[in-house]
Amino acid sequence: MTFALSPEREQELARIVARYPNKQAACIPVLHLCQEQHGWISDEVTRFVADTLGMPAAQVLGVVTFYSIFNQQPVGRHQVWVCRTLSCALRGAEGLLHQCEKHLGIHAGQTTPDGAITLRTAECLASCGTAPVMQVDRTYHENLTPERAREILDGLRSR
Amino acid sequence: MLQRTNYLSSRYGVPDGHRIEAYLRDGGYEQAKRALGMPRKTLVDEVKAANLRGRGGAGFPMGVKWGFMPPEPKPGKPHYLVVNADEGEPGTFKDRTLMELDPHSTIEGCIIGAYGIGAHAAYVYVRDELHLSKARLWGAIEEARARGFLGPKPFGIDYTVEVYVHSGAGAYICGEETALLNSLEGKRGEPRMKPPFPAQAGAFGMPTTVNNLESIATLPTILKLGGEAFSKLSALHGMRDGGCRLFGVSGHVKTPGVFECAVGLTLRELVYDLGGGVAGGKLLAVIPGGSSTPILRHDELVDAPDPKAPLHPWHGQSVLDVPMGVDTFRGLGTMLGTCCAIVLSERACPVMAMHNLMRFYRHESCGQCTPCREGSGWLERTLDRIVGGAGTLEDLDRLHEIANNIMGNTICAFGEGTAMPALGFLRKFRREFEDFVRTHGASSPRNLAL
Repeated sequence: MTFALSPEREQELARIVARYPNKQAACIPVLHLCQEQHGWISDEVTRFVADTLGMPAAQVLGVVTFYSIFNQQPVGRHQVWVCRTLSCALRGAEGLLHQCEKHLGIHAGQTTPDGAITLRTAECLASCGTAPVMQVDRTYHENLTPERAREILDGLRSR
Repeated sequence: MLQRTNYLSSRYGVPDGHRIEAYLRDGGYEQAKRALGMPRKTLVDEVKAANLRGRGGAGFPMGVKWGFMPPEPKPGKPHYLVVNADEGEPGTFKDRTLMELDPHSTIEGCIIGAYGIGAHAAYVYVRDELHLSKARLWGAIEEARARGFLGPKPFGIDYTVEVYVHSGAGAYICGEETALLNSLEGKRGEPRMKPPFPAQAGAFGMPTTVNNLESIATLPTILKLGGEAFSKLSALHGMRDGGCRLFGVSGHVKTPGVFECAVGLTLRELVYDLGGGVAGGKLLAVIPGGSSTPILRHDELVDAPDPKAPLHPWHGQSVLDVPMGVDTFRGLGTMLGTCCAIVLSERACPVMAMHNLMRFYRHESCGQCTPCREGSGWLERTLDRIVGGAGTLEDLDRLHEIANNIMGNTICAFGEGTAMPALGFLRKFRREFEDFVRTHGASSPRNLAL
């Protein structure tokens, strides 16, 4: 099965490529664009990006495996990252993570059986002054309490 | 000396402060317009006089860095300005406030900076997680373009400037300038050998200046005040460490946050006056400027008996009372870094804190150089054993040895960024580490949170 972008995203792709002096420089933004649509970077996506930008597929794969944001397998409908680096840890991140794991019944790195939520840990999210922090998809939830985290997770299940 | 200033953060808390109307009300974009009418050398001299030490962590003088660029672009060799907003250093959260709350100062800074180094394109490299920051920057670019401040003829002046936001994808190492350039070029974010330096062969092989986002966002203020007047805001003007900057404080303090002050603030003022004091008992230690800067104990004193030593005026005083400057903190055996401090109260266990950070470095090592890739793994695993209660005193020596084997043996400064804080913890908390090992962890609360 080959991968194709939606017409709107095709236009966005052209806008992205136009920003750089060569096509390869668009590799990371274009991977983001594909992942936005597909949820993860499958072999088909890798080939699509390689063909579109005139790069060897191995090089695209090298990029995909280097950066932690690119999913190398399917993930849940929502992605949740709990920051665990020092500033957050000093303000209760470990407890928050355990709470999330217990509430969802999964360990960090896993997806709930209903496919709703993938829970992960993150390294410093640049929100140290409002720690602890949890990123849900594209949104930061700061100054989190365990109760608030539970509410947020419950809200995601139904969406 | 605590001296709050209000140049960089004057629109923080203003309703719609991120919109161009708010920025223009405060005289926004006037300095960019003025800069484009100046001879380039005048502009660079102004920035040199400002003594702005790079806000990303290395503290290199911004004007001097600009001076490394060829005076004029050669045919077929365009110059690039790259703005580093990767902001991944643990404990650092200042650039994010600029992008979210006042993105136009960055865009105006990009126009000034691009002209200053002879570039027509600026790329702002933002870590992927900061979606709001990226949206605010793009929004500001659109607003500025609609007013004719960006594009082929900004302010009607014949000097093209385009600004683009480039998203990272989750890799701390991309805050290192040459790794960032590789990432910008669509490659794995592995640091490059230097030389060639970016000013010779940077982005796309062309002469490039990489500046931290706060440094760039400070440019309009520098021009507004004049370079020398800006520098004199600082108590360390005499040490060529000028101006005002954003200070952050997080961890065990009552009111964590970002505060704009003149350079010369002390850690004591940052922790007690701005941070509201220590939460959870007494102060144990402070990591002064992001996790790669070696930790300072609360009871450390300045040891500079030589009258010629830069730190001699503070000889015998607490390290908490030394003004926070690039050179003063280097003198203390640590670094000023990003100027965002992490505070540990006595209820935090230094062994656990080091373990937390070494896990971070092991996770983020790019894997290119063996001493760092393997060494960071060894550091973490040895600490796993110690924290698990099965460590030995030999393990402590081994940690020293591993850290020393990373130091100086890697392509980029990530190696030192891992080894220096590791050695800092080991040296300054030797007794705590020994007690932890002897008692299999019973000596420690084994906790970081309050």
